[in-house]
Amino acid sequence: MESFAIYVPRLLPRKDFFAPGHRACIGCAEALAVRLVAKALGREVIISNATGCMEIVSSPFPTTSWRVPWIHTLFENAAAVGSGIEAALKILNKKGVRTKMPKVVAMGGDGATSDIGLQALSGAWERGHDLLYVCFDNEAYMNTGIQRSSATPFGASTTTSPAGKLSIGQTRWKKNMPAIAAAHDIPYVATACPSYPFDLIDKVNKAVATAGPAYLHVLSPCPTGWRYPPDLSIRMGRLAVETGVFPIYEVENGKYKLNFDFPQLRPVRDYLAQQGRFRHLPEEEIERIQEGVNREYEKLKKKLEA
Amino acid sequence: MGMVGMEGSLALAEAVRLADADVIAAYPITPQTHIVERLAEMVANGELNAEYIPVESEHSAMSACLGSSAAGARTFTATAGQGLELMHEVLYIAPSLRLPVVMAVANRALSAPLSVWGDHSDAMAVRDCGWIQMFAENGQQAFDLTLCAFRIGEHPDVLFPVMVHLDGFHLSHVVEPLVLLEQSDVDRFLPKYSHPFALDPDRPVTMGAFALPNVYTEAKQAQDTALKSAKSVILQAWQEFSEISGRHYHPVEHYRTEDAQVLLLTMGSFSETAMVAIDEMREEGKKVGLIRLRLWRPFPFQEVRQAVESAEVLVVLDRCLSYAGPPGPVCSEIKAALYSQQKRPKVVGFIGGLGGRDISVQEFAQMIAKGVDIAGRGGEEETEIIGVRG
Amino acid sequence: MSSKRKETDLTWQDIDIGCVITSPGNAAQYKTGDWRSERAVWNKDRCIKCGICSIYCPEGCVNQDSEGYFEADLYYCKGCGICARECWTQAIEMVPEE
Repeated sequence: MESFAIYVPRLLPRKDFFAPGHRACIGCAEALAVRLVAKALGREVIISNATGCMEIVSSPFPTTSWRVPWIHTLFENAAAVGSGIEAALKILNKKGVRTKMPKVVAMGGDGATSDIGLQALSGAWERGHDLLYVCFDNEAYMNTGIQRSSATPFGASTTTSPAGKLSIGQTRWKKNMPAIAAAHDIPYVATACPSYPFDLIDKVNKAVATAGPAYLHVLSPCPTGWRYPPDLSIRMGRLAVETGVFPIYEVENGKYKLNFDFPQLRPVRDYLAQQGRFRHLPEEEIERIQEGVNREYEKLKKKLEA
Repeated sequence: MGMVGMEGSLALAEAVRLADADVIAAYPITPQTHIVERLAEMVANGELNAEYIPVESEHSAMSACLGSSAAGARTFTATAGQGLELMHEVLYIAPSLRLPVVMAVANRALSAPLSVWGDHSDAMAVRDCGWIQMFAENGQQAFDLTLCAFRIGEHPDVLFPVMVHLDGFHLSHVVEPLVLLEQSDVDRFLPKYSHPFALDPDRPVTMGAFALPNVYTEAKQAQDTALKSAKSVILQAWQEFSEISGRHYHPVEHYRTEDAQVLLLTMGSFSETAMVAIDEMREEGKKVGLIRLRLWRPFPFQEVRQAVESAEVLVVLDRCLSYAGPPGPVCSEIKAALYSQQKRPKVVGFIGGLGGRDISVQEFAQMIAKGVDIAGRGGEEETEIIGVRG
Repeated sequence: MSSKRKETDLTWQDIDIGCVITSPGNAAQYKTGDWRSERAVWNKDRCIKCGICSIYCPEGCVNQDSEGYFEADLYYCKGCGICARECWTQAIEMVPEE
């Protein structure tokens, strides 16, 4: 994305490849993210989807929201199924059975990506498949009713990391999936958020054009699980970025680039105060979170210079 | 073609090469490793034009196979024992999404304790997953059945994955005399694979939707009926295979059963040892015969009932132990298949050959004699594990 | 298999192999508009036709009319209010359904 943002919605492709009629919650920013990613991917694509919110809301038999070829099998294997599709397309083209190479895209939530599916994803990265993996991160196992994942942020209350008399909720810091992706030395890694739709679409285009593995980590605010009114989904994503909780950056062939930086990050409490999942946090935990965010942001900035 | 001496695993790899497989998902596990190693060599030397995916686990091996088959590629993988267990949940997906895959299983015992040696506990743990399953008894059959597996599984009226079981080490690692086939014969026998709904932007489909309780049952009925119907294609494929090879396979194979009063049932490599025992007992004038289950799924009810209707006693050898239940899975299924029959033999089960242990010709003869004895006393006694010390 | 029939009417013979769905995007027959308790209404005096509402709609049901103004397809509109919240000129109001 250029340093100046041109908001020209009418230059975006009109067609949607993710049809309305899907059963996502009212105000679901993950559904919005999927819709925008599908719009950017276009027609020449084959999608391998993991079990999760987006898979469930988009495919209640006998209906589907997908207007592109799409396969769902299990929870932890979107990257492995994608690897198989990619290999098949390569050999079938070589043998002259197929003449086109649609892009293979694997999609999964944060649970499917950083927990149960991490092995398959690491394997696919190591083998270097021409595969784009998009993680739609709503920061918990939302489809099964808001259970914690390794992507759940510190201090968030979920049903399996509930705030209580003896607990402040999640006591581990969010697993850094983009860093894990970058550690595999894949050519393109980026974070994005549907609150910044043009940046997201730009990155999808870049990832598709990448020969080899690419990873997009998309923060997907969830009104149901994060507990805020549905109309604030876009605002929530913006706050995550403006407070430094979720920095928007790219790693192209190992080189880090921060897409949106701010002269001054907003205090983290502006973000936490808006969400019911953080409502229980005492002042000292809010400060601990602020320190953590600052620390991680500094770590990221150091990588820019490297 | 002339006869060659070849290890079972390598012969199986030759079948995959002759079938011009498109995608091979490979994860090593004893005792199937020679299969995937030989295939890697073939690809590296340009003998086989395929994409070789060295996956990072068996779960991913089968998952990659799902994607590959869905994209319209002829797909193969091999596994054994723990590997088959690790991919357990993925196994169910292939038949329920109607994605043909051919998989060789070098039957291996399940841990614990860890055992790399052969028995049927891995195969018996996946009875219900919905795959077509067949058992090889020697290296020749490992080669033949693999070729047949592609032909059967990819048939437009079938579209189911197929497992070819071969005993770990006893078949996978043993050099036997066998005959391969000419490429031209295989090309005549095996048409190209194409899936009617292959993933393609020109014809977008959704595979793997979720089903509410009000439609799941219908999906399962459809799947079950289709798997049963596959039997006619299996028989036809075996008929056509006999025309190019001279070897004709059947759901239940018979050995000296014509006037047999006592029958032994075995599966896998023990069948050949059992044949020697049957020969010796026949020399002594005993009217004994051997039947072998070649087709395991879809279960050959008709052929089993026909095979045993004149016998008085049927001795079943299981190479797997089902703990604290009816001990032998095959014996249980045979009993269930015969329950409704007016005329049926007394069925006596034995367990043996666990974790790679051998059963000698004498032990087979003793087993049959014991079985007759037990049958004479009513037939309901504690099932013996052959050769257990203590 | 007819995709217009409800799943409760489908016999096992009706289902395509592997439960494959061959009508892309046929979820569009499902009326998510029944979910809402309020709907988005545009004020054409304030609408500058920028299209940001149509980008941010999770349903993708905000489209342009013949004059270029934006409006929600009420068959799908779930009434989330994102468009009203994000509109630059506050041209959209969330009106309660009866």
